[in-house]
This record gives sequence, C-alpha cells and structure tokens, in this order.
Amino acid sequence: MVNIVIDGKNIEAEKGATVLAVAREHGIEIPTLCSHASVDPSGGCRMCVVEVVKGGRTRIVTSCIYQVEDGLVVNTRSERVLEVRRLVLQLLRARCPESDVVREMAAALGVETQARFRPDKDKGKCILCRLCVKTCEAVVGVSAIGFSGRGKDKSVGPPFREDSAACIACGACVYVCPTEHIQMEDSGKGERTIWGRTFRMAACKVCGLHFAPVAQLEYISRTTEVPVENLMTCMSCR
Amino acid sequence: MSRISTLKDMDRAAQRGLASLFPKKTKIMVGMATSGIASGAQGVYDALAAEIKAKGLDIILSKTGSMGLDAIEPLVDVLEPNKPRLSYSKMTPKKVPLLLDRLSSGAADAIKPAYRMDADDFLVQGEKKPYLKGKLPAGLKDIPVIQDIDFYKKQVKIALRNCGTIDPESIDEYIARGGYYSLLKAVADMSPDEIINDVIASGLRGRGGGGFLVGRKWQSCRHAHGDVKYVICNGDEGDPGAYMDRSLMEGDPHSVLEGMIIGAFAIGAHEGFIYVRNEYPLAVANLQCALEQARACGLLGKNIFNSGFDFDIKIVKGAGAFVCGESTALMASLEGKAGEPRAKYIHTVEQGLWNRPSNLNNVESWANVPVIIARGGKWFSGVGVRHSTGTKVFSLVGKINNVGLVEVPMGIPLKDIIYDIGGGIPGGKAFKAVQTGGPSGGCIPDKLIDLPVDFDSLWEAGSMMGSGGMIVMDERTCMVDIARYFIEFLVSESCGKCVPCREGVYRMNEILHDICRGKGKKGDVELLESMSKGIQDGSLCALGGSAPNPVLSTIRYFREEYDAHIRHKRCPAGVCRALIRYGIDKEKCTGCGVCARKCPVACISGEKKKLHAIDPGKCIKCGICMETCKFDAITVE
Repeated sequence: MVNIVIDGKNIEAEKGATVLAVAREHGIEIPTLCSHASVDPSGGCRMCVVEVVKGGRTRIVTSCIYQVEDGLVVNTRSERVLEVRRLVLQLLRARCPESDVVREMAAALGVETQARFRPDKDKGKCILCRLCVKTCEAVVGVSAIGFSGRGKDKSVGPPFREDSAACIACGACVYVCPTEHIQMEDSGKGERTIWGRTFRMAACKVCGLHFAPVAQLEYISRTTEVPVENLMTCMSCR
Repeated sequence: MSRISTLKDMDRAAQRGLASLFPKKTKIMVGMATSGIASGAQGVYDALAAEIKAKGLDIILSKTGSMGLDAIEPLVDVLEPNKPRLSYSKMTPKKVPLLLDRLSSGAADAIKPAYRMDADDFLVQGEKKPYLKGKLPAGLKDIPVIQDIDFYKKQVKIALRNCGTIDPESIDEYIARGGYYSLLKAVADMSPDEIINDVIASGLRGRGGGGFLVGRKWQSCRHAHGDVKYVICNGDEGDPGAYMDRSLMEGDPHSVLEGMIIGAFAIGAHEGFIYVRNEYPLAVANLQCALEQARACGLLGKNIFNSGFDFDIKIVKGAGAFVCGESTALMASLEGKAGEPRAKYIHTVEQGLWNRPSNLNNVESWANVPVIIARGGKWFSGVGVRHSTGTKVFSLVGKINNVGLVEVPMGIPLKDIIYDIGGGIPGGKAFKAVQTGGPSGGCIPDKLIDLPVDFDSLWEAGSMMGSGGMIVMDERTCMVDIARYFIEFLVSESCGKCVPCREGVYRMNEILHDICRGKGKKGDVELLESMSKGIQDGSLCALGGSAPNPVLSTIRYFREEYDAHIRHKRCPAGVCRALIRYGIDKEKCTGCGVCARKCPVACISGEKKKLHAIDPGKCIKCGICMETCKFDAITVE
C-alpha cells in the first residue's frame, strides 16, 4: 500500500493501481471518454489528465495509465488540467458537432464552443477513442476492425473498407462506443447489418426469436468446441 | 574475410587498410553519398571508370562518403603516393579527361583542385599520418589546405571522423583508422561498469533530440530487471532538411555498429536493431554490407573477440512515418504494430521493445561511442562546453551559401556557423532567422546571432537542439508562412492517437492558413498561444508536446509579422500570395522584356525598351518575374 493525496484528501492506495481507479474508488470524479473496464487504457482522449507533484516537480499525466506511488500529490482540477480538458472538448465539439455525449460533457464542465474551429462534416460521431477496435481485438478476439490512415484522416473500419470476413456481427463495438457512432441495424426479419455487411440471424429453437448472428454462434462454437446446435437457444429459453 | 579474434588479427586488418588508404599507386576517390549522387557523382564515377579502362591507366578507383560541403559536390579526391590528397569540386563527366591528363602531364592549369590535404587526422588514435612526404610539389603552393578553408576551419570531426575519407564498404580501412580497437579494448580490458562510467564521464547527451545523458540511460538499462535486453539504433531521421544520420550511415556504417556492440556489451544485450527509414536506400545498403563484413570477421555473432560475448544486429526498415522516430512508436513499429507512441511513465529502459529493457540511441550518439572508449570520457568532455560536451553535426540548409553537413564543438556561437562556416546568405540578403530542432523546434532570430549553440542555450531561446537540422532563412522569408509550413508537416505526420495533437495541431494549421490568406481574425494570436499551452500539456508524446514550438517561437520573436498579416492584411516579407502585389519600379525597368517572356500567364506587357506593367487582375503571384529580372525592377508589397 502507498500513501497519496488526491485533491487534498489523504488516501491509502494499492501499489500499481492507476490514479484514475484510486480517485474513482474514493468518489473523486475524473472525466473520461476512452476508458472502459473491459480493455487496457490507451490514454488517447486526454480528458483524464491530472497534475501530479513528485520530488518537487509538477507535471501533467494521464490518470488512466499513471500508477500511484508513495508520496504522490495529485490535483485533478488545477488550472492547467482544466485548460487541457477545455481544449479537448472544444476540439471534439468541432470534430463531432452531432455528438450528444460530447456536447453534454462540455456543458457539464462549462466549456463553451470555440467559434474559430470550423465544424467537421465528415467524421460522424467518432472521436477515435479506440474502444471498438480494442474490444474487437482483446475481448471478442476477432480483430474485424482497425485503424486506417493517420492524424486527422485516421478512421475506424474493416480492412480496406470492404466487407470484413472476420466480423461476426456480435455488436460489441456498438455496445462500447461512447458516442453511438457505430451503426447496427436489426431488420427484425432475421438480418443484422453492421459495418456495411448483412448477416443472417439465428432463430431460437424454442421461441423462434432471432437472437444472435449465426456467424457469432459459429465463432463461439469454434472457440469453445460446443456444437453449434447446442447454442441455438436464446437466453430466455435456456 | 578471415575471422578477427585477437589484437594480432586486428593489426593485420589495419595494415591492409593502411595499404589502401595510403596506396603505392594513384588512387581516385569519388564522394558517393546521396548528396554526391544527387549532384551527379555516379556519372563522374562511370566516366572515370571508362576513361581509366580506355587509357589502360594503373589507377585505383574507389568510393567514399560525404566530406560535408555538399554545395561543391560532386567531389573527386586524387591521391598520388607521397603527395597531398587533392579534392576537385563540382566535377562533371566532361572534366574527367582533363583531370586524368593533369595526372599524367602534371599540367596545373587545365583543372584546379579546390583544396588539398597534407595529412590525414587519425582521431581515434590521436595522431596525424602524412600524405605529403618531402617537399610540396611546386604547382600546389597556391592550393589551400583543407584546414584553411572557411567551411572546415572551425569544424571538429568526431562523429563524422571517417566520412569522406574511407570507403564505407571497406572494413579494413575502418580498422586502419582505429575502428573496432575500442570494441576490443571494451570487451578485453574493461568491465561493463567501467565502460558505462566512461560514457557518463564523457557527458555525451543523446543526439536524437532529447539530450538525455547516454551513459545514465545505459546504466538504467543495465540495472533493469530481465535477462533479455535490446539495444536499438534510431535511424529514422525525418526532420525536413536534416540528413546528418543518413550521411553517417552511408559514409561510416561501421562506427554505428561498433558503438552498438560496445553498448550492448556494457548493458548486457545480445540482440540489436537498427531502424532506418526506407527512403534511405544507400544507408540501408551500406549498413547491410557493414553488418555482413562484421559478421564474417566475427565482430558480430558468437564469442566476439573470444570474450564469450554474443551479439548480433538486424536492420528493420521504417515505412516513412515521422512519428516512428519517437522511441515508443519506433518500438511499436519494430514489433510489427502501427507506429503509435505510448505514455512513457514506465521508461523504455525498463520496458521497451516486447516489454523488455531496451536502450535506444540515435545514429550520431552511437557513432561517438568508439571515440569515447578510445580517447576516454575525460578527453571527450574537454570538447564543447559544460553540460553540452563533444560536437554536434548539423545539416546547414536553406538560404546559406555553403550548404552542407558541419560538425562543430558544442557551444560555438551561432554566427560562426552562419557566417564563417556557412559563408553567409546568398545574394547579399540579410539573415533573418534559423530554424533548429526540426519541425518541432523553433526559430532563432538574427538578434540572437551570438547565441552559443548547445542544448541549454537553444532551449532557453525557445528552440531545441533536436537532431541537428538547421534551416537558414533570409529577409525574404515570412515567419508566419514558416510556422504554417512546419505545422502543416506535423498535421500530416501526427499519428492520430491523442486528441490535442490530432485535432489541436490541425486547428492551429487552419488558423495559420487563414492568417496567411488574409483571413486572420483579431485574437488569433492569443488563441494560438492558449491552444499551444493545452497541446503541450495535453499531448501523449513529444511530437504533440513540442508541435506548437514553431508557432510559439515565431510569435515570440516576430509578433509584428503576425499583426501585419492579421490587422493590416500585409505580408512584410512579400511571400503570402493573397496579401502581396507585384509591381515594376519605374526607375529600374529597362524594358528588356525578359519578365514578360517568362510570365506563365502573360500578364506583363510593354514596348521594347520602355517601362513594362503588370496586370494585377491576371497576375498569379508566382514571383517568376522577380526571379528573372536582372535589374531588380520588380517590387513586391
């Protein structure tokens, strides 16, 4: 255990824990956009930056990655910290003017729109938080989507923007997307469309509900060696 | 190539190398680094080869790297036994017969060398070996010796010690000039701690930009937990206008390998990587050749110098992303992942490549190491100034007469580099500023011309040492346009992982474009400044963290130019097209008509020998009229 101070509060924390985790555990809220319990932090959105003092040196660090150490003094709301968060939100507002999540977070933190930034029209609601890509890779294990391009032209999608052979239409990317950028449509008639490809949905053996994509059940069967017939029952009928 | 395991083997190789550095018959060397090839050295080399063959001359023809003064390439050196080595500048295939005739007839006037070398400086051994033995031949008295040439006078060559002198494909010549003796000394006579202490004592700071103490980094990596450790050479030089590392890898690849092997031995690594950008094909080829030679001689591989130490190196080619010069992005790229940096809260010396302790240094840093081991850290720290020891290689480019690579002791005044070594600004124009530290460095204005060039002074002036690009600008350079240029470069090179760099630098670019187009708004400068603070504090890696530097340093020193663009819609330097207007000076125009003929849109008219006029409605502001007018009659406002 190590002793640290966050916003003037003395806290005993477990060695190796991140500043963000410790702060949240003690009810100190640090805003984030790219953090999710299911995947490793990537430190991309920069909303969670905090100011730390260590050995007399003050610096801005990423709280979702930075690990606590004995004697660390953390300020989660210093002027410098708020400046970074304000800039990030103004930039994301300009990138994704349609995103409610970004707008609400900006409003909650009292950040005004920067009129000098011309709103983008082609980025949708994607803030490039990476959660979809990381979930697809590390949680689902299929890596159907990834990044292409770099800088401002970086975007998420299946390779070469073609139908992804690896996608199993599980919808995990949709689920983790914080801004509802990723579109998934269930036709209700046994079809699901995601990333531009339409998948067949399996009907429950018992109730007939189209409950999961066939590709996903086949993938589960392949990885668990449970015959696919045994998976053809929906959650409610199991 | 026979195995080199002992001092005796080394001495034998050195003897072979000396025989080829000081041959008993005439030898001609062509500077064939990329800078030479770009100015036509391959044609000169081919012409020499053909002519020597056709005339049946008994002459050795070989290749060498770049001596540095790229402005006078292609450079051909002629070495006749016991005579000074003569360097012929701006050679062409047409001049080749003249050169060879001069050799056979001794006729001095047909073609004149630019300078001569009476002796060769063997830096590693700390001795001079004369080329000239006996009296100086009569015709050579008025040829200056290299040390008297302004470009070379104040230079001190440590990292570039062999460039332009040896054949980069000859390991024997490298050994003859003291190469690999430092490695032998390190593995045979020194403990890893002694090596590290010597490198610490040298004060050598990383030459890639960060300026961290090399010896301390080695020490941390040596003490890091883990059996498998790596050493890495960063050859992903990507700053616009910078080519120090390229020239070094091309001209003296063994110096980089030797530095790495010594480092690996000190740190306890058995595997090394050289990450070179694919746009450097000659550097890759020469490194590959050096690797194969070193392996064949047993200087890489198992049981180096019978010490029980094993080490080998792989070359990995980068696909051309600027950000891969950042150490964590480089390591991600080595792992086969996209070149994106990560936060460095856990240092790469603890967890780097494949999460193992990894020591990364830049090409130039590695190349300094063998000299430090040979001459001692104390000797090295005697060169340069306190806290910035040794020398630094700069590529001096832009509006400067002597374009080239220079190696100077740290702490040298900027003005010595610009005026003495660089020969000043072409066309009698005034010096305005110099950009150092690459795209994320800063601009140093003319009023700081006396600034000592070392890590800390550059930092205090709002710029940085960076890897060593030095882009010189004259009075006709618009500083807002320069800031826009560098920011635009960084926009296209940002990896896109974190928001402040990806979106913030992009928005700065938008604003700068607006300012240059006359669409700047009141408050733009203040907005750029406050965004800069957020980007510096908020970015994930050093690329974003230092990206605002060109904007901040130009605002700091050239604020009035920003104001002129924004408030008065004027570009004082006459560069930003939307804000300028070309005209013709009544007094100066002779009516020669050259500008009218050269104008691509035919917007200049006038009768012969009478005043001409520009139609501002049609003018596309290309500036060709201004460049072609011999009478300085074109004005810009």
